[in-house]
Amino acid sequence: MHSIVLIKQVPQTSDVQMDKETGTMIRSGSAAILNPLDVYALETALRIKDRSGGRVTVITMGPASAVKVLKESIAMGCDDVYHLNDRAFAGSDTWATSYVLAKAIEKVGIPDLVITGERATDGDTAQVGPAVASWLDLPVLSYVASVEEIDSKNLIAERLIEEGYQRVRSPLPALLTVVKEIAEPRLPTLKGKKRAMATEIITWSASDLDTDPAFLGLKGSPTRVVKIETPKVSRQCSMVKVEDDASLHVAVDQLFTFLEERDLLGGLNA
Amino acid sequence: MHEVWTISECHQGRVKDVSYELLARGRLLADTLKVRLGTVVIGNDINTDDVKQLAYQGADILYLADDPSLSSFVCGRYAALLLKLISEKKPQIIIAAATTSGRTLMPYVAVKAHTGLTADCTELAIEEGTNNLLQTRPAIGGNIMATIKTPGHRPQMATVRPRSTKPLAAQHDRPFVVEEVPVAPRSEKSSVEVLGLRGLEGQSGSIEEADIVIAGGKGLKKRDNFVLIERLAKAFGAEVGASRDAVDRGWVSYPHQVGLSGKTISPRLYLAAGISGAIQHLAGIKTAKCIVAINSDEQANILGLADFAIIGDLFQVLPEIEKRLEQRRKA
Repeated sequence: MHSIVLIKQVPQTSDVQMDKETGTMIRSGSAAILNPLDVYALETALRIKDRSGGRVTVITMGPASAVKVLKESIAMGCDDVYHLNDRAFAGSDTWATSYVLAKAIEKVGIPDLVITGERATDGDTAQVGPAVASWLDLPVLSYVASVEEIDSKNLIAERLIEEGYQRVRSPLPALLTVVKEIAEPRLPTLKGKKRAMATEIITWSASDLDTDPAFLGLKGSPTRVVKIETPKVSRQCSMVKVEDDASLHVAVDQLFTFLEERDLLGGLNA
Repeated sequence: MHEVWTISECHQGRVKDVSYELLARGRLLADTLKVRLGTVVIGNDINTDDVKQLAYQGADILYLADDPSLSSFVCGRYAALLLKLISEKKPQIIIAAATTSGRTLMPYVAVKAHTGLTADCTELAIEEGTNNLLQTRPAIGGNIMATIKTPGHRPQMATVRPRSTKPLAAQHDRPFVVEEVPVAPRSEKSSVEVLGLRGLEGQSGSIEEADIVIAGGKGLKKRDNFVLIERLAKAFGAEVGASRDAVDRGWVSYPHQVGLSGKTISPRLYLAAGISGAIQHLAGIKTAKCIVAINSDEQANILGLADFAIIGDLFQVLPEIEKRLEQRRKA
């Protein structure tokens, strides 16, 4: 069983800067981490390898510093890693990003499974996984919460949707996006860390991937960011303190008045 | 003139509430552009009253794709249908709900249609002069609002956060047209197959679609105490939410988790008890209309985002609120 996991390095949410000109994120300078939701994708692939054998390949697209998240993947037990880095990729939206990732997957060879996290915590679109599946014409199972059965031809999984857990069977190869619930991620091992240090990372550029230049980066992206604003928190907090029974009653009275004024008790008959 | 479209989602033959919210968004755009508002209704054995209701609440033309093969969302199948319809009718804008199916279908379609897509928008408008769609969305944990457009590609596509707008009032005399969309027979033997659906424990619906969410965190101290949240939610007719702490401790299951690694929600009321408000949690509730916090710590982060706060012991406050709701019901 061969899985390819797509991961992303993201800025820590507390530390983000934007380029006012292009409306894209400035990635240099801010503390960068592995997208917290990607560890579940890595863990899913590693568990399938533990169970059925095979390999786990990891791909990331990003600047030179993104090598760090590939090293972390090796430390967890992944086998091969590829870094997609080219100035031509800068400013890509989800359409252009998914194109480059799909090209890289084709170059590695279509695996049994492509696995991604549910979404990245910076862009927060959840679009790249399904978009990659579209480029490769793979069936896509999004929001997967468990993989029940898997063999060389099919898998049975549960998707976490609004109405509950939807049980689905899909032929392989397929692309899965997985939610946090799927597995408790393992910690890196000492052996893995040593291997990570010793591994030379392979970097592929636009020309290595045989890409169409018109599909790359800001130029190849159908969307444009035209304005960035920092929303001002305009909420005014009314605060009441509870110290004894009397103040408890006052506080709850005030809460009910507050809710009534906003018509938030409408469904609950007075 | 190129139409504006919404995607109407169905579950077990009934049109989902979020579909009516999309029509309110779409109506505004279609009126500004002076074009028809279409909605693509995809499902199986779709309720005919619901179809009329879509027209009463804003749709001029209904593209009805009703077939047993469409009873559950399967991305490839829904996408094939939508792509064919797009190439025939050439809409200028398509909006879908930012639900698990909308957020899967739309990127899959956008790649093949070679066009841009903006996720989880909270505002949509038409740019004066160019008539481009301006799509505004929170990003980076709600720390910024980005406005995005798709100037050179059509259709312009966006998903819209559920509960970020109100449906229009029904107008029973609106004229409308229904067009049946032919559905290709399921040819591929090897395609994705839906085997069943298992409901969520202790939930009647999802927290993303709830009007009111009552959430608990670490301040509940132990699993047994989480019942206070569940009881209050029941009294409010609300869904149960939780902080990551509460989920990681196993007090409540993951589908209830609110925040960066859980759900981003916009209920009319979010009541957080014993949740201090880590930045990751706040990212999930920034678009809630009204936030009430119950916390013993006057310095808790969540108070920075709350509209109303009770500083006190939640073990006293929650039962008192529940008691008061009970009294109101009996009165």
